[in-house]
Amino acid sequence: MTLTEQLLTVGVCVAATLITRFAPFFVFSSKRKTPAFVGYLGKVLPPALFGMLLVYCLKEVDILGGSHGLPEAIALAVVVGLHLWKRQMLLSIAGGTVCYMLLVQLVF
Amino acid sequence: MRQTINKALRYAFAHTLPILAGFGFLGMSYGIYMSAAGFPAWLPLLISVMVFGGSLQFVMVTMLPGAFAPLSAFLMAFMIQARHVVYGLSMLEKYKGMGVKKPYLIFGMCDETFSINSSVTLPDGVDRGWFYLFVTLLDQLYWVAGTVVGSILGEVIPFNTQGIDFVMTAMFAVIFLEQWLKEKHHAASVIGVVSSVGCLLLFGAESFVIPTLLCMLVLLAAFRRPIEKAGEEQ
Repeated sequence: MTLTEQLLTVGVCVAATLITRFAPFFVFSSKRKTPAFVGYLGKVLPPALFGMLLVYCLKEVDILGGSHGLPEAIALAVVVGLHLWKRQMLLSIAGGTVCYMLLVQLVF
Repeated sequence: MRQTINKALRYAFAHTLPILAGFGFLGMSYGIYMSAAGFPAWLPLLISVMVFGGSLQFVMVTMLPGAFAPLSAFLMAFMIQARHVVYGLSMLEKYKGMGVKKPYLIFGMCDETFSINSSVTLPDGVDRGWFYLFVTLLDQLYWVAGTVVGSILGEVIPFNTQGIDFVMTAMFAVIFLEQWLKEKHHAASVIGVVSSVGCLLLFGAESFVIPTLLCMLVLLAAFRRPIEKAGEEQ
């Protein structure tokens, strides 16, 4: 992408964000009841989406070639292990990232 | 007037203190990540002010170097940010009559701000409007400050940043795991993972986002009855 295209992409993301934030205040009023389907999506969309975002992060991992996804698998195991052990979000993220950086810089 | 503002600010600061650490850390990681990806320091600053949404901002780092695909970017951004619609709906009543503060209260909504502003019970003498405003503003300030510190660190310190992009994977893994541990049934989480892996295998890494989003929506709509029932039973 050129810089102009990148700024356009940022603009598109900003626009989408503004719509999600402002739409409820324009479309619905506190008197009218929220459609049940919107309420349902509000509950089930976030878990589905975070599952997708996790897969999105790993989309370039090549299990058949390169390092066979080993650094990713090890670092993810560290994230999950740390999190189940201490349940401290920042510690799990930092620990897993440092582990991954060491693996790809020094081992693989 | 000044006393009212001071009091609301102090009260809001106390409530947002736990978020300072989280947003500081994640904002900093984002700044370092953007700088490692080769972007000038003003870009993450601009994005943190205008978008102010961690998940989307991290995903954008991977979008920007790729091919120009505005429709895909819009759909992805809209879906990631869609939960704000629900936050907005829950705040319709509370943000009523906020006057000039209202546009910023709506603009600056995020998960953490919502969790405070939607649930807080204020003692007499603390102004509701100013409290909401300061919570929103402080949370965004922490995020923006973290971003700036991270971008500067990324440029000043010449450390080897190879692999720093894993911070995004780790973040989504933790959010997903945290959700998994809390939810009553895993239908929605499983639908998310299965749709994305299926579409990734079918369409490839470059173009699986839109099919995945559609597939998820269709499956969630199709299984609405059993999913809602499972949510009620336990």
